[in-house]
Amino acid sequence: MQISIAVIVLVLSLIVFSIFYRGLPSLTWEMISQTPKGGYYFGKEGGVLNAIIGSLYLAFGATILALVMGLPVAMLMNIHLRKFKKLVNGVRFLLDLLWGVPSIVYGAFGFSVMIFFGMKTSLLAGIITVSLFILPIMIRAIDEVVKNVPVGLLEASMSLGSNKSQTAFMVYVRQCSSAIVTAIMISFGRAIGDAASVLFTTGYTDSIPTSVMQPSATLPLSIFFQLSSPIQEVQNRAYASAAILTIIILIISVLSRIISNKYNKNKIS
Amino acid sequence: MESKISIQNLNLSIGKNQILKNINLDIPENQVTIILGPSGCGKTTLLKCLNRLIDLEENVTITGSIFLDDEDILHTKSDLPGIRKKMGLLSQRPYPLPMNIYDNIAYGLRINGIHNKQIIRESVEHNLKQVNLWDEVQHRLKEPASRLSIGQQQRLCLARGLAVKPEIILADEPTSALDPLSSTAIEKKFVELKEEYTLVMVTHILRQARRIADYVVFMYLGEIVEHGTADEFFNHPKQEKTKAYLQGIFN
Repeated sequence: MQISIAVIVLVLSLIVFSIFYRGLPSLTWEMISQTPKGGYYFGKEGGVLNAIIGSLYLAFGATILALVMGLPVAMLMNIHLRKFKKLVNGVRFLLDLLWGVPSIVYGAFGFSVMIFFGMKTSLLAGIITVSLFILPIMIRAIDEVVKNVPVGLLEASMSLGSNKSQTAFMVYVRQCSSAIVTAIMISFGRAIGDAASVLFTTGYTDSIPTSVMQPSATLPLSIFFQLSSPIQEVQNRAYASAAILTIIILIISVLSRIISNKYNKNKIS
Repeated sequence: MESKISIQNLNLSIGKNQILKNINLDIPENQVTIILGPSGCGKTTLLKCLNRLIDLEENVTITGSIFLDDEDILHTKSDLPGIRKKMGLLSQRPYPLPMNIYDNIAYGLRINGIHNKQIIRESVEHNLKQVNLWDEVQHRLKEPASRLSIGQQQRLCLARGLAVKPEIILADEPTSALDPLSSTAIEKKFVELKEEYTLVMVTHILRQARRIADYVVFMYLGEIVEHGTADEFFNHPKQEKTKAYLQGIFN
């Protein structure tokens, strides 16, 4: 057990170390405050602000969309449909399958739907595709906790005259608030870190999108493009972009911990 | 003696197991009715039929009828939350809502469309006083209800139930998780409350039944063995099984 912990810690610190070791020297203010200028990809001036903003837009949009769709589903499965255990377990199995589907498949699916509607690559298409990709994660992460809420709490709420939806959104959501925050966090992490699902759907551009119908850059793709460059300077910038991505995820994690602790105090055991 | 709830030919099965067999019972208004019986005899299930929480269970088949003031609540098409609201529930262990003490009581009012802060505040105070909890919590109403002791939580649950103005209070072994002092407080409250409410309480504590019962129902293996006023039941039991149970030589 000690060995496995040591291995995990070692691997993680190596990853973080290599990102920051190669990335930090290139992580200048210019890098996070400017969009790529002419010749950026040859090691000249500019930054990856387009990708930072694009990734944030994309990840926030997709996470909110997935939460709006996923939270009611998780509640429905455990409150409204609690009598239909077989059906609910079937849905759980399906969601677990979807969880395992590689993100490139979601990307390809999103792309084929876009072609059907004659859409071009855009932030909106990316948000919808990524939200579908993180939806199973969101639902199952919430469901796993909602499922263990004691039935006495459901009965208590119902006996006061509330209906199932009121119970779901006024009682269960409070009881499971920390789990919901965790679900949002995991989903956000997946959304902001995924490259394959946005490759065909969001596209890539050097400017910051001003509407959801425009294509947008994202950090994972920006890392990918810079890393494939033969120029050393550009490769280092890929590591700098990875460092930015890591820091964003770190900030989101810390924020969500703070928020969830604030709401967790009312939870009954 | 006016009856508040009238149960007629109630049969209930979960899957292939018959839990309740041909229950016929009139529950008197403004009295404490105690349902006695050994574990697993269907007491809790019977209680859950009254407020239709049985609907939350799987594979349940029910036949018969339960009349609450001449309305068959088992086959009613009208709203279930409305029916449940008429019956406060006190469960075996308290389940305060995951919010602060004040909101625990305000919740029931808010979902029933009362948003006037003045009315809510008065109701919180009135109902906390009703259950003798006001003095203990008046300075920490904004604290999570989960920080109260179990005994306080159970009284809070009673106050929360009273706030939505029920007609009946159902209690499922409400004192089994409590210390003797809190138990006594709940018992005393029940006796006081029968002025305004009809109380139905499930218990397997014989002494508790003797202390507070006006009307006693004795169940065994899903059937009602005997029911009658407390005096009849405890002093002149008719059935052999009842006599055995009262003498504690029952198994």
